[in-house]
Amino acid sequence: MTATTVADTETRAPRGPVPNALTSAQLPRFVELYTLAGALAVSAAVLAMTGFSIVGWLVLSAVLYLVSLGILSTVVENRRKATDRVVRGLVTIAFLLAVIPLVSTLVTVIIGGAPSLTWDFVTKTGGSVFDPSTLKVTIVQGAWQAVVGTLIITGVATLISVPIGILAAIYLVEYAQPQQWMARTVTFLVDVMTGIPSIVAGLFAFSLFTLLVGPKAFSGFSASVALSVLMIPIVVRSTEEMLKLVSSELREASFALGVTKFATIVRVVLPTAIAGIITGVMLAISRVIGETAPIFIAASFTSNFNANPFSGPMETLAVKAYADYKFPSQDIAASYQSAWGAALLLVLLVVILNLVARIIAKAFAPRGLR
Amino acid sequence: MSKRINVRDLDVYYSDFLAVEGVSMTIEPRTVTAFIGPSGCGKSTFLRTLNRMHEVIPGARVRGEVLIDGDNLYAPGVDPVLVRRQVGMVFQRANPFPTMSIRDNVLAGVKLNSRRMPKSDQDSLVERSLRGANLWNEVKDRLQLPGSGLSGGQQQRLCIARAIAVSPDVLLMDEPCSALDPISTLAIEDLIEELKQDYTIVIVTHNMQQATRVSDKTAFFNIAGSGKPGRLIEYDDTATIFTKPSVQATEDYVSGRFG
Ligand SMILES: Nc1ncnc2c1ncn2[C@@H]1O[C@H](COP(=O)(O)OP(=O)(O)O)[C@@H](O)[C@H]1O
Ligand SMILES: [Mg+2]
Repeated sequence: MTATTVADTETRAPRGPVPNALTSAQLPRFVELYTLAGALAVSAAVLAMTGFSIVGWLVLSAVLYLVSLGILSTVVENRRKATDRVVRGLVTIAFLLAVIPLVSTLVTVIIGGAPSLTWDFVTKTGGSVFDPSTLKVTIVQGAWQAVVGTLIITGVATLISVPIGILAAIYLVEYAQPQQWMARTVTFLVDVMTGIPSIVAGLFAFSLFTLLVGPKAFSGFSASVALSVLMIPIVVRSTEEMLKLVSSELREASFALGVTKFATIVRVVLPTAIAGIITGVMLAISRVIGETAPIFIAASFTSNFNANPFSGPMETLAVKAYADYKFPSQDIAASYQSAWGAALLLVLLVVILNLVARIIAKAFAPRGLR
Repeated sequence: MSKRINVRDLDVYYSDFLAVEGVSMTIEPRTVTAFIGPSGCGKSTFLRTLNRMHEVIPGARVRGEVLIDGDNLYAPGVDPVLVRRQVGMVFQRANPFPTMSIRDNVLAGVKLNSRRMPKSDQDSLVERSLRGANLWNEVKDRLQLPGSGLSGGQQQRLCIARAIAVSPDVLLMDEPCSALDPISTLAIEDLIEELKQDYTIVIVTHNMQQATRVSDKTAFFNIAGSGKPGRLIEYDDTATIFTKPSVQATEDYVSGRFG
């Protein structure tokens, strides 16, 4: 290389890209950030004169940002790049709009629930305590009865739905001919059941147990039955899809060894699909653990500790949040606070369950495919 | 160990579609028989009727007789599970069980059927089968690793080891080498040569050289046109089929003039 060409490129480099047939003018790298900052500042200034509001500020900034970036890019770059930048801006805004409710809910629950989420709150049974020596009634805030209730009611519902759901799915995938009327009816009913409003499930369980046991038949078990009605179709559906994914080659490999159909299903098909089945079950649990209406109807609510699912009202976290809010004690503020605490506790429980589900699914994934 | 197969006037249907029509043949014990013919002429379909594997496909059924040492597979009351314990099968694509180790894959036929077997017997069965499939030296140090971690050729030999571990009398192979490299193919052909001492082997192949190398007898299948049933055109000693076949279509096919 000669000295002149080196000097040439050196003088040209800072001014912008080397012109050739494929390059075109470009805005500086962080132009989007600068425009955004500008749009935020300008709209803040405009709104300061007329009256400030967060929503107005954000909307105005977004519009300003899109318009000015579009104009800037059209002038300096070209139409195609301008369109690209504007559309990219729109897509980002759509994404933010979709995330806002989620983040906002989480933040609200955390802010509202964090103050009451103490160790005592989790491990103490709530309710009023009468002290005979001082004749004073003290109100204890506690969610222990609801934590236990949630675990028992959801656990029993899982015990009922998982065997039924998985066996039904095995019947549909492994035994039924696809065109057989029985299989089609079951599939149809399962699809319908997926859409059943949870309140209907609650009424079903309540009336069933009223008929069987008598009036006021509140019990954790009847709530579990209501939840099972909601869970079974989810378990059937997800297990069915997972079993269908197991390639028929594996079944054939097993049959060709003279293995019986039953052993093939239990020892080859299920282990291959187990990770997906567990994920489906966990999703079903997460779906019903936050149910309020059916449990409220079937198990009522209580601030007494009750670990026996077969008699007496039982409370879950979701129901506790509702009841504390709707039927507060004399200390209204404390009741509201405890409602938020129950809500946060429920969210945490669901997060923990999901983490556990992921770990279990990993542990069961076929070796060599991890 | 090895058994004679007699097929008498066999038709195979998929629901209403007649896929294979009027096949009759006798396969002698301790021989290798090759099925050749263009794609879709019903080789796999026919092969699967020899151990009732076609029944796994909804709607598939047969008419006619298949006799294994004189016992009709399709007589009323025959248990397909017992049939498949005598007639093993190796598939086109290697399909080791992904949830099992190499050792457990070989023992699959024993373990899946919950047959009790002392550990020392299991060990010797694993070694015998893997040696039989020419795989022992390559995997003896990693029997506990998953079978899906082996190469394609090794996986296919693992599947053969798995098939011979249940000591069948007949071994059916549906294009066992079509997904393999020439070295693995040779390994499997050597293996077939050895297995012939003990088993009756039927192999579907698209590779003419392979048919001439490994088989004693060759059956040529063909179809008249799409939607028509496949038929057995000619069945004779491999040497005869490839040098002076009696049917023109066979000669056209083996000389590469069509198909
Ligand atoms: N599962 C099936 N259902 C319906 N028809 C099938 C099925 N498998 C194969 N067939 C039909 O049967 C005929 C023979 O197929 P196949 O035995 O696979 O041929 P080949 O193995 O000789 O290539 C073809 O016409 C094919 O379309
Ligand atoms: Mg085929």
